[in-house]
Amino acid sequence: MTVPELKINDLHVSVEGKSIVKGFDLDMKGGEIHALMGPNGTGKSTVASALMGHPKYEVTSGQAFLGNENLLDMAVDERARAGMFLAMQYPSEVSGVSNADFLRTAINGRRGEGNEIPLMKFIKTLDKKMQMLEMDQSFAERYVNEGFSGGEKKRNEILQLMMLEPKFAILDEIDSGLDIDALKWVAKGVNSMRSENFGCLIITHYQRLLNYIKPDKVHIMMQGRIVKTGGPELALQLEKEGYDGMKAELGITDDETVEA
Amino acid sequence: MSMQLKNLPFDAEAVTNYAENRNEPKWFSTIRLKGLTLAEELPLPKPEKTRIADWNFTDFTYQTESTDSCQLSELPSAVRGLMKKGEKAGNVLIHVNSSAVYHHLSKELIDQGVIYTDLATAIRDHSDLLANYYFKTTPIEKHQLTAVNAALVNGGSFLYVPKNVVISDPIQAVYYQDAPSVGLVAHTIVVAEQSSSVTFVESYLSDVSATDGAANIVNEVVVGENAQVKFGAVDEFSDQFVTYVSRQAEVAKDGRIQWALGQMNDGNTLSENATNLEGDGAAADIKAVSIGSGSQKQNFDNYVRHVGKATKSQLLVRAAQKDASNSIFNARTKIEHGASGADGEQTQRVLMLSDEARGDANPILLIDEYDVIAGHAASVGRVDPDQLYYLMSRGIKQETAEKLIVEGFLAPIVDLLPIEGVRVQLATLIERKVG
Repeated sequence: MTVPELKINDLHVSVEGKSIVKGFDLDMKGGEIHALMGPNGTGKSTVASALMGHPKYEVTSGQAFLGNENLLDMAVDERARAGMFLAMQYPSEVSGVSNADFLRTAINGRRGEGNEIPLMKFIKTLDKKMQMLEMDQSFAERYVNEGFSGGEKKRNEILQLMMLEPKFAILDEIDSGLDIDALKWVAKGVNSMRSENFGCLIITHYQRLLNYIKPDKVHIMMQGRIVKTGGPELALQLEKEGYDGMKAELGITDDETVEA
Repeated sequence: MSMQLKNLPFDAEAVTNYAENRNEPKWFSTIRLKGLTLAEELPLPKPEKTRIADWNFTDFTYQTESTDSCQLSELPSAVRGLMKKGEKAGNVLIHVNSSAVYHHLSKELIDQGVIYTDLATAIRDHSDLLANYYFKTTPIEKHQLTAVNAALVNGGSFLYVPKNVVISDPIQAVYYQDAPSVGLVAHTIVVAEQSSSVTFVESYLSDVSATDGAANIVNEVVVGENAQVKFGAVDEFSDQFVTYVSRQAEVAKDGRIQWALGQMNDGNTLSENATNLEGDGAAADIKAVSIGSGSQKQNFDNYVRHVGKATKSQLLVRAAQKDASNSIFNARTKIEHGASGADGEQTQRVLMLSDEARGDANPILLIDEYDVIAGHAASVGRVDPDQLYYLMSRGIKQETAEKLIVEGFLAPIVDLLPIEGVRVQLATLIERKVG
């Protein structure tokens, strides 16, 4: 099995006619964990949604390849089956559909007809992963995200990640609204995925999550593109100096921000 | 005044003969003849925004060959699938082409005074008791279709639960039609006396061989003081069937009725569901789902009338509209003067799955009292694109994702049905109609 690779080249994305991402480049391989940081409204979540294929986000130019498959040519569900995963900042609630049914349908969608996951195996795997995330058994039968607290929704995103085993995952502010315990469980879940067949891009405002999930690289995004890349120490520097310090260092004076 | 001089395909002589052949008592044949006269005089109902003038409500055979009773194993598989699994059949009455062919009521319930029989038997064996309830909750003269029901009734069930009897196992009725051009004219009475409790579930289905059929169903439910009735139903007539169905309840002081209706006919349907909260503290919970498909036209009127003080009602209608189907959903909550402390809530949600489909949800509140709580919500919309995106982002194909969303949308009512076989029937129906 070849190590998966995600290559994003000069990506430009508009939302409702407004240009938000302006020349985003990223190259990630399986086994790597990258962090994407930056002030509000610089286009981090836009990159995530555009890569997953949200219909509201229009890619105006650039390329995104997963291995040799052109993501931008694919429908949302095809991207997922190719190995992309997005843990969303605001996951939808789907009334009347149990978490377990949803997950099983998703897994079987990937595996294809005639190759469905045996029910017992599914249940066992689900139990194990829920235990790791300290999720109560009842979550399997509860309707997807309905009545979940913010923290429960985030854990449910990670549960899906662990069950679906994608090649690449983008975690869009998975740490927002999490208390310290939940943060640790989420980190434990993500760390359990670590292998050379899995790459992960963590979008976050804070360095805190990176104490628990050690990134290989940290990227700083401003004004719709990556302006600086470094190792884990870059996140620490940011924590100390703030984005203003970073702007001064990079000579960025234009304070233009955009809606996320 | 519209002209209703349409010749009815039956007359007094035929109806009298029919009644005589069935050995019906005088009071009953009098109601038949009254129904016949009224059927000639009265107009069809006028459901809002649905044209029913050319629907075939009257042209069918009502005199069906009586079918001999049979063993469970001889029943059509579609019927057997609805029954309680295991050695012991539940308390059940099965009607094929309007005739009761199988009947079981546990000795325990018989000993407690519970009566559960087909209508023909009830007319013979419990005539006086039946007469107290027959066409009392729903008037014969409501419109032409109730009058037709009175004149031509050829099926139905009678359930009587005496005072203080609490029945935990559900009581089931199944109606199956497989003869062409036959009308099911069914009248069902459910009576729950003071402080009793019962769950009743009825299923209506037809085979493809039952072409050009018609169903005229009138159900009257009497909920006594402090009594509880859970009434579940799954309607599954084929697209060849024209259906009129009326389900009406009268609830006494502190009584409670819960309706769970799966209205899954494939043919044109006119449905009237009504609850009269007569006594103080009476309560109603109404949940109904439907799926419109093909070119069928349907009209659903759900009505709750608050008369007693501190009466409470909750109405939830959920529907999906496919293809070129056309459905109208009326929810009417009426709070009468004097019904202080009443609380009436209604919600209707219609999901449109095609550009050609039509669905209207009309919320109507009529309030003649100050000290009340009343609320309504009605929406007609498409599948939420964010939900669709979310499911698809996990690798689920669009069609499958849409199906999941629609099934989930209708699930709250499915989950309420108390008999597993019927729950599965409704879930399978939803799956088939959505898929």
